[in-house]
Amino acid sequence: MPYSGRMEDIMKKTVVTVVGKDSVGIIAKVCTYLANNSVNILDISQTIVDGFFNMMMIVDVAECSKDFETFSHELEQIGEEMGCIIKAQREDIFDSMHRI
Amino acid sequence: MINIYEVLETNDMIEKENLDVRTITLGISLLNCIDSDLDKLNEKIYNRITSVAKELVPTGKAIEKEFGIPVVNKRISVTPAALIGASACKTAEDFVTIAKTLDKAAKATRVNFIGGYSALVSKGMTESDELLIRSIPKALASTDFVCSSVNLGSTKTGLNMDAVKLMGDIVLDTAKETADRDSIGCAKLVVFCNAPDDNPFMAGAFHGVTEADEIINVGVSGPGVMRKALESVRGADFGTLCEKVKKTAFKITRVGQLVAREASKRMGVPFGIIDLSLAPTPAVGDSIADIFEEMGLQRAGAPGTTAALALLNDQVKKGGIMASSYVGGLSGAFIPVSEDQGMINAVEDGALTLEKLEAMTCVCSVGLDMIAIPGDTKPSTISGIIADEMAIGMINQKTTAARLIPVIGKGVGENVEFGGLLGHAPVMPVNQFDCSGFINRGGRIPAPVHSFKN
Repeated sequence: MPYSGRMEDIMKKTVVTVVGKDSVGIIAKVCTYLANNSVNILDISQTIVDGFFNMMMIVDVAECSKDFETFSHELEQIGEEMGCIIKAQREDIFDSMHRI
Repeated sequence: MINIYEVLETNDMIEKENLDVRTITLGISLLNCIDSDLDKLNEKIYNRITSVAKELVPTGKAIEKEFGIPVVNKRISVTPAALIGASACKTAEDFVTIAKTLDKAAKATRVNFIGGYSALVSKGMTESDELLIRSIPKALASTDFVCSSVNLGSTKTGLNMDAVKLMGDIVLDTAKETADRDSIGCAKLVVFCNAPDDNPFMAGAFHGVTEADEIINVGVSGPGVMRKALESVRGADFGTLCEKVKKTAFKITRVGQLVAREASKRMGVPFGIIDLSLAPTPAVGDSIADIFEEMGLQRAGAPGTTAALALLNDQVKKGGIMASSYVGGLSGAFIPVSEDQGMINAVEDGALTLEKLEAMTCVCSVGLDMIAIPGDTKPSTISGIIADEMAIGMINQKTTAARLIPVIGKGVGENVEFGGLLGHAPVMPVNQFDCSGFINRGGRIPAPVHSFKN
């Protein structure tokens, strides 16, 4: 069966990263979007690298009604509005690279 | 659970150091298309490729989006056309129709390249092999995405010097046929010794007869990531340097393995191999030559370059082999000239010569790759360069290749622009002493003694 790209087929967790200069309101906005789309946040951490604010969330997208492409595109747009870069990537790529 | 520093490291590799998956190559056997009627053969080839590869580009794009890693090329490799056309093609022109069909199928499936316009003649040429080889100049001039390769020898069979001689003429004719485009046809033509059946990289990809009906092979990349990683061990001893290369190669390869597994699962096509190659691009920083400079050489080509490449190649394999369940293809560091800005700089500065590149090919994968030479180079000289390169592969039991571009109308020092991933190159000088007496002998160079290990 061809791959559908639907969320229920993507069993794994997704990593959302936010990179930007200013954090005022960004977290709230991202969290609101996630909540509105039934995406559960499993873990949040943040750090400052070279003066840039970096945030990472591990989220569970199993209940999300949107397909992955729409989900990541809408997050990107929120990032553009707030002047930062937001990316959604499946956790597998990080697991593959950093875990044996 | 994964932590933020690991996430940032991966994303820095992608965003700042040009980490990408160089290619997902779908191998398709065309053996079941064979027909004695040329029109029927072409129709079957087109239908087979377009039906099997329909999902290749959409799958590649979906993977890019979901994992956030660029998959630069989606390609197709097919069974060597000399075998497929043997029954239907009576002339070189007949073979050109197959090339055009492959090109049409590549365009329909929106892939970047299609490889397999090939002949395997390491011991002898069949009539159809020779027709295909003679059709190469026309085939490459009249298509956009078709890549051609010819296997001229192997450790087990020795070198087919008749074919080596013929290829000198064919390379030059291909250059002439595409003279109006800086002889770009030659960028899509490569000759091999010990060609692998499962190579995902162009121009040499073909789907070997030892392979299944369909297979997914993936080529990774990452010279930029390697160079950046080596910054952290500047001045350290070789043990430390090698450990760093190995660990970095492991990380790069794991991404390739993940992409290969996903592509295989989504398309319902078995996973073949990961090709552990550091493949440079003309993008600044995505360069093998830059790695040498980071290791402590002023320029690629300086004394020590062959040792640096040997170390790099071997450590990449050591790190990569553990990261993937199946490794194959060419696997090692590529040293194309036109596709690597650091190599181009080294040539322009006079640090890197054709002879030094030849020495480097003894310890790396592939060989004399994307090297522009003067357009008035004699065919026998081209054959001589090819013979030298093939001999290195034969004796060292490794794959070697030559992709030489005699640029018609241009001489030493002039620049050639191929565009895109093929980059640009300064025309390099070639040794002017004659070798025609050697090349014109004809026949075969026998297999070397170390092939009798059975």
